[in-house]
Amino acid sequence: MSKKTLIPIGPYHPLQEEPELFKLYCDGEIVKDIKWETGYNHRGIEKLSESKTYEQVFFLVERICGICSTSHPFAFANAVEEIADIEITDRTKYIRTIIAELERIHSHLLWVGLAGHFLGYNTVFMWAWKYREPVLDLFEMISGNRNSYAMFKVGGVRRDIEEAKIPLIRKILCDARKKIDLLTGAVMDDPVIHARTKGVGILTKQDIIDYGAVGPTARASGLAIDVRKDDPYAAYPLINWKVITAHEGDVFAKAQVRLLEMYESISMIEQCLDGLKKEKEGDISVKVKEIPEGIGNGRAEAPRGEVFHFVQSDGSNSPVRHKIRAPSYVNIATFRKSCIGQTIADATISLAAVDPCYCCTERMAVVYDMNSGEKIMNANELINESVRVTNELKKTIKLQK
Amino acid sequence: MAVNLFYFLVFPGLLFVSVTGALLSWFDRKISARVQFRQGPPLLQPFYDFFKLLLVKETILPRKGSPMIFLLAPVFAVFGATMAGVFILLPLFNISTGFRGDLLVIFYLLTIPSFSYITGALASGNPLAAVGSSREMKLILSYELTFLLVIAGIIMKCGQKFDLYSIIQTQQAGSPFIGSISGVLLFIVALFCVQAKLAFVPFDMPEAEAEITGGIFIEFSGATYALIKLSKYIMLFILPSLLVALFMSGFMLNGIHILWAVLKVIGIVLLITLIKNTNPRIKIKQAMSFFMVWMNLIAVIALVLIAFGY
Repeated sequence: MSKKTLIPIGPYHPLQEEPELFKLYCDGEIVKDIKWETGYNHRGIEKLSESKTYEQVFFLVERICGICSTSHPFAFANAVEEIADIEITDRTKYIRTIIAELERIHSHLLWVGLAGHFLGYNTVFMWAWKYREPVLDLFEMISGNRNSYAMFKVGGVRRDIEEAKIPLIRKILCDARKKIDLLTGAVMDDPVIHARTKGVGILTKQDIIDYGAVGPTARASGLAIDVRKDDPYAAYPLINWKVITAHEGDVFAKAQVRLLEMYESISMIEQCLDGLKKEKEGDISVKVKEIPEGIGNGRAEAPRGEVFHFVQSDGSNSPVRHKIRAPSYVNIATFRKSCIGQTIADATISLAAVDPCYCCTERMAVVYDMNSGEKIMNANELINESVRVTNELKKTIKLQK
Repeated sequence: MAVNLFYFLVFPGLLFVSVTGALLSWFDRKISARVQFRQGPPLLQPFYDFFKLLLVKETILPRKGSPMIFLLAPVFAVFGATMAGVFILLPLFNISTGFRGDLLVIFYLLTIPSFSYITGALASGNPLAAVGSSREMKLILSYELTFLLVIAGIIMKCGQKFDLYSIIQTQQAGSPFIGSISGVLLFIVALFCVQAKLAFVPFDMPEAEAEITGGIFIEFSGATYALIKLSKYIMLFILPSLLVALFMSGFMLNGIHILWAVLKVIGIVLLITLIKNTNPRIKIKQAMSFFMVWMNLIAVIALVLIAFGY
């Protein structure tokens, strides 16, 4: 009988930028079991959204995630436009696509940097984040904000991309491509990086299907699922691009998929800029009178995978039900497959490889009895329970003194 | 006695190695920062760090640990590093100790900081520190044999002399050992051993910030951590100095040669820093096979070359 040691990763840990807790049960360096707890940062977004008007919800959902702050409004816009049956203009489609793809570039660069940091390769960390800077500057030029762009509204976008700005955007993209070349070279050809990431945290295609993983995590295992292709929205059917896949399913494949996706994104943005020329300037929104009664499903491909928004409307000016599923919610379940049996060093990079984003994933649980259907505990009771436990703990601590 | 105390405490002992080591640590941080497009710290930052930890920050004792060993470990680390520093630097500054086997003593003294970290970490009772110390132990096991082979090579090269003073004198009379093929091979091997001894990337798995949040040093705080930092500063100075003594004919202390002496040490620190900044951290298993197979192989090839006179 070997005794297992508990190695905690979290609630505050340099590996993850957000509060969460992974409990690695280890025998020596080998991870035997893994459990995770989220819920440190629950913000009640879905409930909040029910008390806001459709226009306000955009600003709210943008703040679900600081990194993929366009994919949530994008999915929400898709859902609301489905309810109201709104046909947006082509110029809007192009602008929305440009914003979403720029976001993918900056999010993937951010991930490459973080992955470097987790491997102890701080030079890649600093370089990737430096190369991300011009992309954020581009955002500032287009939308006025470096993050949380506030570009979306029902039936359109808030700001136009004027003809005068396009040459500069092209130039920045051209520079970005060179820098990504440099970074890709540094990552792809480094034998030490190969030694650290190849064959680590392998997820087979069957694992992906079993766990329902999405986004680059799934595409790195050879499963070509991408909402942009499978359920085309905005300008994605109007331009030429391909879904990047790899087949190994290890950390290296995930890095490869993300790095190559950045090139695809750049080429997509360039095509969208070409498309913008054909459309009339200023034609960026359609008039929306009211949102009728009904339900709408909106999907968007975030940098981490599929974002799903379900919106139910009763004809008033705010949604009666708004359900959000962020990609990390399904992706973090794959940790059981990718981490158990690995060493701690491999497990940490496997955790980081799905690019998890926990705050998007926080949920409130209400416990029901299976048989009777009665509520066993509701929110208030849970809070009272927590207060009771804290008081008890306080008493025991006093006793020890 | 008074002379020996002076040697240990002031020059070339504690005071000298700490101050120089701290300055070299600034150099290391500044170069890393410039490689990474950052500005880097001011010159005196290592001193600010040290004195803030020593004088301002609270020292927290782990409740479940064994406090005596936990507190003594950093002291031993500084002691071992300083002692090794004295033995390395006295011959370098042309002061013969008359001790005819000091190279082997240096070899043992240089492991004392690592062993102190391990005992201190295990005394803290933290599971992450336990993982860190097990990694440090494996790391020591892997590089010590290689380092011993390097020292054996040097001893063979200078005609079975076991003291650093004669090794330096032999090189100054003839040519530095790095000037031959076997010397270059041994130097490369020794450089990686130094990298591992300093626990710099790619061999920083005992600390591994992103995995085990500082590993062996996780429970150290305040004055104890200040002493650990001090021992690291000292190691950053004395290990490159040892390489200079073993391969680059030591220091010559007249005229322009003083500049050369400084440049040699800085050059080696620069090499170490560049290796640190262009590699990710490898796994402990990979580090073991790296030293036990590849580095040992190169060292043995070098020994064979020396035997044939290259």
